Amino acid sequence: MSKTGNTPRGVDRRDFIRIGLGAAGGLALPAGLAGPARAAVHPPIGTWPAGSSGGTVYAGAAVPLTGSYAEQGADELKGMQLAVEHINEGHPLMKVLSPRTNNGVLGKKLVLLYADSGAKPNEAVQAEQRFISENKVVVMTGSTSSAVAVAMNKLAQREKVLYFAGISGSNDTTGKDCVRYGFRQNFFGHPAAAALGPVMVKQFGKNRKAAFMTPDYTYGHTVTKSVNDYLSQNAGWQMVTNQVSPLGTQDFSQYLINIANSGAEFLINVNWGRDAVLSTQQAHRFGILPKMTLVIPYQIPFLAPQVGADIMQGVYAATDFWWTMGEMPQYPNAKMFVDAFQKKYGYRPEWGAENGYVSFAHWARMVEQAGSFYPPDVIRTWEKGETIPSLVGPVHYRPQDHQCVRPVVIVRGKKPADMRNKEDFWDVLEVVPGEGLMQAPDAFGCQPGDYT
Amino acid sequence: MITWGTFVSQLFNGLALGALLALISSGLTIIYGALGVLNLAHGAMFMLGGYAGYVAYAHTGSFVAAVVAGSVFMLVLGVVLERLVIRHFYKRSPEDQLLVTFGLGIVFVEVVRHFFGSLTRTLPSPGLVSGITNLGFMYYPTYRLALVGIVALALLALFLLLYKTRLGMTVRAGIEDPIMVDSLGIDIGRVLMLVFGIGAMAAGFAGVVNAPVVSIAPDMGEAILVQTFVVVVIGGVGSFPGAILGGLIAGEIVSLTSMFDPAYSQIMLFAAMTLVLVLRPRGLLGVKGRE
Repeated sequence: MSKTGNTPRGVDRRDFIRIGLGAAGGLALPAGLAGPARAAVHPPIGTWPAGSSGGTVYAGAAVPLTGSYAEQGADELKGMQLAVEHINEGHPLMKVLSPRTNNGVLGKKLVLLYADSGAKPNEAVQAEQRFISENKVVVMTGSTSSAVAVAMNKLAQREKVLYFAGISGSNDTTGKDCVRYGFRQNFFGHPAAAALGPVMVKQFGKNRKAAFMTPDYTYGHTVTKSVNDYLSQNAGWQMVTNQVSPLGTQDFSQYLINIANSGAEFLINVNWGRDAVLSTQQAHRFGILPKMTLVIPYQIPFLAPQVGADIMQGVYAATDFWWTMGEMPQYPNAKMFVDAFQKKYGYRPEWGAENGYVSFAHWARMVEQAGSFYPPDVIRTWEKGETIPSLVGPVHYRPQDHQCVRPVVIVRGKKPADMRNKEDFWDVLEVVPGEGLMQAPDAFGCQPGDYT
Repeated sequence: MITWGTFVSQLFNGLALGALLALISSGLTIIYGALGVLNLAHGAMFMLGGYAGYVAYAHTGSFVAAVVAGSVFMLVLGVVLERLVIRHFYKRSPEDQLLVTFGLGIVFVEVVRHFFGSLTRTLPSPGLVSGITNLGFMYYPTYRLALVGIVALALLALFLLLYKTRLGMTVRAGIEDPIMVDSLGIDIGRVLMLVFGIGAMAAGFAGVVNAPVVSIAPDMGEAILVQTFVVVVIGGVGSFPGAILGGLIAGEIVSLTSMFDPAYSQIMLFAAMTLVLVLRPRGLLGVKGRE
């Protein structure tokens, strides 16, 4: 745990300093009094103060419940719903992640609204726009497609309403498309490549030939580039073909034929959601697997149960979280989360749910610490970059690009015979600390824009 | 770099892709040709057939039973739908027809999602034609090879039905001149009901035989619907031979473009459609319209 700590004691001390300095504090005051007092200080911005003037505040999530990412979106939503429930009841796990959370956020009940985005940016933006105008949401979330996350970033900055990303793997989300009003907890292309690359080189050696399958949007292009850059620059690997397909492709035969004829030894599949399921199954039917070795740089929730452990055994992947971390003594928060999630939903959470849960907890923590829903205050609190707890150990957000610096988890597919239960697909090989994996904050051209 | 092997492989794969597209499109084009209704639920029917087959397979373990179940289920559903919904829209504006079939499609998709969830389901290929075949120039899934034959047989059966039977003659006469057929004392209503059923059955059949190629999911019909429209427009709206030709052309365009750069394969498909619309608006084998 960090030196700023999570004990009530540390919290109190900081409060006194803040109030003493006359900063945005006011925590000692009842929320009802604090709101109007500050409203007089700042002009209205975004949905503030209208969205937080009553006893209930709304959060708006746009997640895919249809289309290629439907199952991942539903899992992500469950994590968010559990978080909101825990925030409102002051669950013990939530109090670890956000110590000042008691009942709701700043004493107000939090209600999560959600809409189906179909993983389409325009539908996500329309839904959130509606949440802003009709419900005055104080925060927005959801994506499960970086194309959506990037569009949401722009909406957040324009409307001056906070947004934290759901699943989003593109370097651009906190890179060239970063915004002041957007934050991201989960791992992405560059650290995935930096964590998985050394493991692959150690396992498979130098100067190998790889075929890539890439979905045709920001996530696919940046992840493929990061992985290929790492392997080619550090170990002389060669990209012999890169098969780019549109999101939602069902028949991958024409791509797989090119791969079969490419002379590749490795199939690095960057496709995601159902596209990953279908492309992997079809690669197997074309005999490409197991002839080539499959690598998954950005792990896909529910891929393994759909394609089966026969195909996934021995496959290396990078991920945000895997439920067996809850069995490791160094991750007690992970255990609490997995237990609570499984009890409520009847299965063990995938990493989209983990990201949804932790992101909500971090947002609630920042609002409580800021003592206000006033977005610039919340952003500045977030930008202090304090070390805070997560489910996978201490993490911090970078003030420059609003990216969470957090570990990347390297997993390997288990043999069917070694599985202890029907969800036991991956062995956690390594939990690589985030610091050494990150690019310089300005390396991907992040210019976050204004506070107001 | 493009090698001879890649070229032959893609050329062959284009044939396989095109055959399946032709089969799905034929149902769409038959219905439009006879009923004048552009059935936007066709993609969802393709999906429903797949799920009906999946359920039958889960209970019997027989692929043949799955194919029969998927086809018969869609035939019956098609007939019921025509009686309950579609026939009330023959005289209404095309916008109403589009809306009602589009709505039906959404209902089908969400009902399936309710019962089966969004995860994909897999229908294994029958043992006889599972595995991989070495064609010399490439390895190809045996089932996809068999599928070319299965689809060819299905299209032949549809052809015989439409061109060599009394029912088919009536249908085609109905496409040409429904008023004359009606005044000859033929119950055109019953014929239209059957046509809708047969069109739905073709979609359902395609849905089942496609399931071992691409695992089924509730919204799998969406993407297929767009492709079948392209096929039908290229081949000629309402023309059965046009759907076959259009399907094969579309398959080859997708496959051969992929040889150079797969990112352009869909664009080239739409480019081809645009070209056809400019040079021959009624499609390659289209005849003069109903109006």
